[in-house]
Amino acid sequence: MLIHGHALIEGLASGGVLKLTEPLSLWGGVDLQTGRIVDASHPQRGAMLATRLLAMPGSRGSSSSSSALVELARTGRAPAGVITTRSDPILTIGALVADYLYGAAIPILIVSVEDFGKLQCGATGHLWCEAGRAVMTFPGHELVEFSNSSA
Amino acid sequence: MKLEPIDRALLAGEHGAAAARAMALLVRYGTACGADRFIDIESAHIDGCLYHGPSSIDFAQHFVDLGGKVRVPTTLNVAAVDVTHPGWNCGPPEIIAQQETLTRLHEQLGCLPTLTCAPYQRMARPRRGEHVAWAESNAIVFINSVLGARTDRYGDFTDLCAALTGRVPLAGLHCDEARRPVILFELPSVEATGLPRDLYFAAIGYVVGRRAPGIVPYLRGLPFDASEDELKALGATGASSGALALFHAEGVTPEAADMPIERVKVEVISPAEPAAAIASLCRAVDGEAVAAVCLGTPHYSIHEFAQLNRAVEGRRRSPETEVYVSTSREIASAVAADAAFDALRAFGVNMIVDTCTYLAPVVRQTSGLILTTSGKYAHYGPGNLGRRVALMTLERCIRSAETGRVAPPC
Repeated sequence: MLIHGHALIEGLASGGVLKLTEPLSLWGGVDLQTGRIVDASHPQRGAMLATRLLAMPGSRGSSSSSSALVELARTGRAPAGVITTRSDPILTIGALVADYLYGAAIPILIVSVEDFGKLQCGATGHLWCEAGRAVMTFPGHELVEFSNSSA
Repeated sequence: MKLEPIDRALLAGEHGAAAARAMALLVRYGTACGADRFIDIESAHIDGCLYHGPSSIDFAQHFVDLGGKVRVPTTLNVAAVDVTHPGWNCGPPEIIAQQETLTRLHEQLGCLPTLTCAPYQRMARPRRGEHVAWAESNAIVFINSVLGARTDRYGDFTDLCAALTGRVPLAGLHCDEARRPVILFELPSVEATGLPRDLYFAAIGYVVGRRAPGIVPYLRGLPFDASEDELKALGATGASSGALALFHAEGVTPEAADMPIERVKVEVISPAEPAAAIASLCRAVDGEAVAAVCLGTPHYSIHEFAQLNRAVEGRRRSPETEVYVSTSREIASAVAADAAFDALRAFGVNMIVDTCTYLAPVVRQTSGLILTTSGKYAHYGPGNLGRRVALMTLERCIRSAETGRVAPPC
């Protein structure tokens, strides 16, 4: 399967997809000491973010979520990459500062809501995010279908 | 990205190395946000002064080392701990020194140590139409919606870069188009929901935040006499349950009358939804032990202190239950200096400053419920503190504090 999207933050990443069924606030929703989701109301409470491709249908809440992402990156507990459906200014600056302070690139791919729905939790995928050419591929899965860039 | 002479001068280091680095980050950020130019800001409110770990210090220290100074009036959001009451800190002891370091670094950059999430109550009130760079989700939604100022949903780091340069990309809620509502909610009245008025606004915020994730709603049917404290509760809860950064309330907020709503999709919020939201945030059982009552999320206003003073007058608190109210140093000192608030002191109300009890653990008892009147506290408290939290009216919180047990609703 191949999904096209728009690179919010450039970079390459591979990992297993952790697909959230509800938006998440990284601050207050994730324990920074463990990288585990602790938001009591979140359906994926208990899941670990580290090294995963975090697919979330939007973010919630706090301005501190950018700090949470950078702190997770500093300790090696950040997701390898993020796939979401809307540009998010708080995640954007978090990813930029993770790179600026610690050289930890966390690419962010924006995909259509339809393509987001095709993502399978647990599947291993590769993100290739660069301006004008951002894709997510799942090796071993033949190309099924994809919609045009959601940029 | 079209750069103006000031942007090029900032990038070239003509205003110092710190401003140059901050501007370079803002150019990358603005490009990602799809902005095509920068605008001036009149003020900034920094959320990055709340200590989360060494990265918080690394970022601020970097700009101090480069000799950075803010270029606009800049206030500071809450910190991770109340450094004036170190004995109340139930978190790791080292947090006090770490937070003092982080606050001092921000002061070296020229920020005012206001250390409050609600500077808009008295200290800094951006005017309608003014572009600013504010972080802290409740402050963002308040100044956008209630004051009509213009800030995007800024996160930590963007806020400081904006302050160090006085510039932000023209994107998001700075733009007219993005401030227009995309959904109109017909709200049930206070009476129709059957909720007490002091839970109604948090309940509406919770429902609206969930149903309008990341979009601007237009609210029809909010009481016209809604106070700033009530709108603060609505916005803070909606920013926690969703990502509410701007709402328009018909007949209440300043931009509502100018908004085009003819073609906006209309949805009805049933009277049962706000009541269900409150029920989900209040799973207390009558008679359960109460460890503490925590108020002031966002920071308590002077009017809220007056209400609390009236609510506790002539009552005695159970020694089993502590009462904490989070507020700014500025409001705490006004309360402390005024004999009109003696009832608070007689009841044993602790005023905690600089921080908030939903992120800084202060409740000494390790078992028992925490009661609050704040939807934001009820949303974040369980995850942050690992404690059970129940949302209820102020009156019921105080009756529960009298016996140390959850009192039945009246």
